[in-house]
Amino acid sequence: MSLLEIKDLHAGIDGNEILKGINLKIGPGEIHAIMGRNGSGKTTTANIIMGHPDFEVESGDVLLEGESLLELESWERARKGVFLSFQYPQAVPGLQVGNFLRKSVASIRGEEEAKGSAFRERLTKAMEALDIPRTFMSRYVNDGFSGGEKKRFEILQLMLLKPRLAVLDETDSGLDIDGIRTVSEGVNAAIRGSDSGALIITHYSRILEHVQPDMVHVLLDGKIVSSGGPELATKLEEKGYEWLKQE
Amino acid sequence: MGDNSEARGAVGEYKAGWHDPEDSTIRFDFGLSEEVVREISKLKNEPQWMTDIRVKAFNHFSKRKMPTWGNMSMLEEIDFDNICYYLRSSESTEKDWDDVPEDIRNTFERLGIPEAEQKWLSGVTAQYESEAVYHSIREDLESQGVIFLDMDSGLREYPDLVKKWFCSVVPYSDNKFSALNTAVWSGGSFIYVPEGVHVEMPVQAYFRINAKNMGQFERTLIIADKGSSIHYVEGCTAPTYSTDSLHSAVVELIALPGSHIRYSTIQNWSSNVYNLVTKRGIAHENAKIEWVDGNIGSKLTMKYPAVILKGEGSHAEVISVAYSGEGQHQDAGAKIHHLASNTTSKILSKSISKNGGRGSYRGMVTVSPKADNCKLNVVCDALILDEGSRSDTYPTMEVANATARCEHEASVSKVSDEQLFYLMSRGHSEEESLAMIVNGFFEPFTRELPMEYAVELNQLMALEMEGSIG
Repeated sequence: MSLLEIKDLHAGIDGNEILKGINLKIGPGEIHAIMGRNGSGKTTTANIIMGHPDFEVESGDVLLEGESLLELESWERARKGVFLSFQYPQAVPGLQVGNFLRKSVASIRGEEEAKGSAFRERLTKAMEALDIPRTFMSRYVNDGFSGGEKKRFEILQLMLLKPRLAVLDETDSGLDIDGIRTVSEGVNAAIRGSDSGALIITHYSRILEHVQPDMVHVLLDGKIVSSGGPELATKLEEKGYEWLKQE
Repeated sequence: MGDNSEARGAVGEYKAGWHDPEDSTIRFDFGLSEEVVREISKLKNEPQWMTDIRVKAFNHFSKRKMPTWGNMSMLEEIDFDNICYYLRSSESTEKDWDDVPEDIRNTFERLGIPEAEQKWLSGVTAQYESEAVYHSIREDLESQGVIFLDMDSGLREYPDLVKKWFCSVVPYSDNKFSALNTAVWSGGSFIYVPEGVHVEMPVQAYFRINAKNMGQFERTLIIADKGSSIHYVEGCTAPTYSTDSLHSAVVELIALPGSHIRYSTIQNWSSNVYNLVTKRGIAHENAKIEWVDGNIGSKLTMKYPAVILKGEGSHAEVISVAYSGEGQHQDAGAKIHHLASNTTSKILSKSISKNGGRGSYRGMVTVSPKADNCKLNVVCDALILDEGSRSDTYPTMEVANATARCEHEASVSKVSDEQLFYLMSRGHSEEESLAMIVNGFFEPFTRELPMEYAVELNQLMALEMEGSIG
């Protein structure tokens, strides 16, 4: 059974259809990438999978391990193992990072996993891997974070929450080369060698050099117009999206 | 106690809304007259000067008009003839919880007071209706000369000290409700901290109204002598009734040179209580007064903790939060008067309104012409949780000295769908997410509280967010 299956999905916002029939299957342990230009429907796909209330599904289905997600609230999806790394993570002034992480792990992984020295050890290890200093814990969630800090914090959450399916929306944007490498290592540590899966949404192929995808899909105007192996990303980088339009 | 669980179930979200059977030993008839005022004074065996000041205050109250600001239509609804001005439920103030009548003791146990006392307080006074029913102070403080009594005992045991300072910061003629309080006051705390003594752990007062249509008028006087320090914490709750009660306190703080008084309040009256309180302190040279003021409950609160910076180098801080839910209006703020040079002040006000509630910040900061090099900082933030709710800001600054440095910031924000979605995507329900945002908004306030109170306040706000998502 697929980990994630998207079936002929038509969806949009405010009555505008953005996704015009998407089909996608991700198996356990697989990493897929969706590439496409601005406005092609990449972020809409991410929001629909996570259950953003503003987006409307007209037809089709999104299944996690055979079970439809569409009727579930986003927090219920999170508890079933869906994770979204946001393109624009939201600031919550006054909410301390450490406190928030513990609460999130408790609600998604269960109270036991959020307690005691085992949690602290995992946290310390993940922070070290992502080059996040200890002082980070007492800051407020995304409040005054630089672009790079926000992205590292998203991946820190990914590593602690250990989802079944991670959707990474433009995680590489706004990161320098070192940042992309660090964040990619985090993604690899969280997904590779497990039976979880990931969907990486990106403009550029750079992150895909560090997180080797099993499949690359190209989204154009709400439809997947091409799918292939990692070489598709390289080809896109060389020739641009226009090339696909011409074909 | 038999009907408590039912009463508790019926009141829904408000946790402290149960009531005990009314079992008073002395209860005055409804309504107020000079006779009632004299009767209270006589009952308490007070010196003549106190009787006289009560009567003067009553006459002033009778003539004085209602405030013309705040919420005038709500104020006009107060029926002064339908309030009980004095009610005693216990014969005496006990030093041992075991001697407190059982119903009353159970109530305070449910509110967690004896437990808190054992763990982390220097002293406790518990007031039920008009009188303190329990009082204690740690022996080591007593032996250092710290006086911590209920106000009635204070007047009996230290009449000269009380006479010297009573009404010295808040004259009875200050406003209609300070006049009312001075006329019928009963209970409250009297504290004197001797020169150089630091009271490390907070002392706490807890005020509980139990009866219907009750008026509670405690009076608190705190004097910190030179170089001393104290942290006073008060909490308050009442049962939920369909008729209104009135809580009208007066608090006077005197911070002598180099001393430090911090006064923290978590006000969680039920939504049928009018909370009209006058709080003011005088800070002498290099003294520091801080009001940490949380207003969560009540029907209408009008309260503007004030500091008069009388001595050079003195400092004032007012940190407040207000939560206004359905049918509630929190009209709160701060007043600071810079009368001396090199004085500094900081006001931080945070308000949340929800379900049609109304929060107002009303603040005044003045700098007198003679006060050089003063620094003022005012920040007020409002968070509005839904469409029908309201937030207003009425800041006033009167600066008559050009050397003053003034900073003022105000913001009004709404909870965004994107913020909620972000938190929900981390496994938190919509209510939990909202509580996280709200508690985060209040965090600059809660971090000033002793940890136990901060936890309680966060739980209280989480409870307020329940059932709020339509």
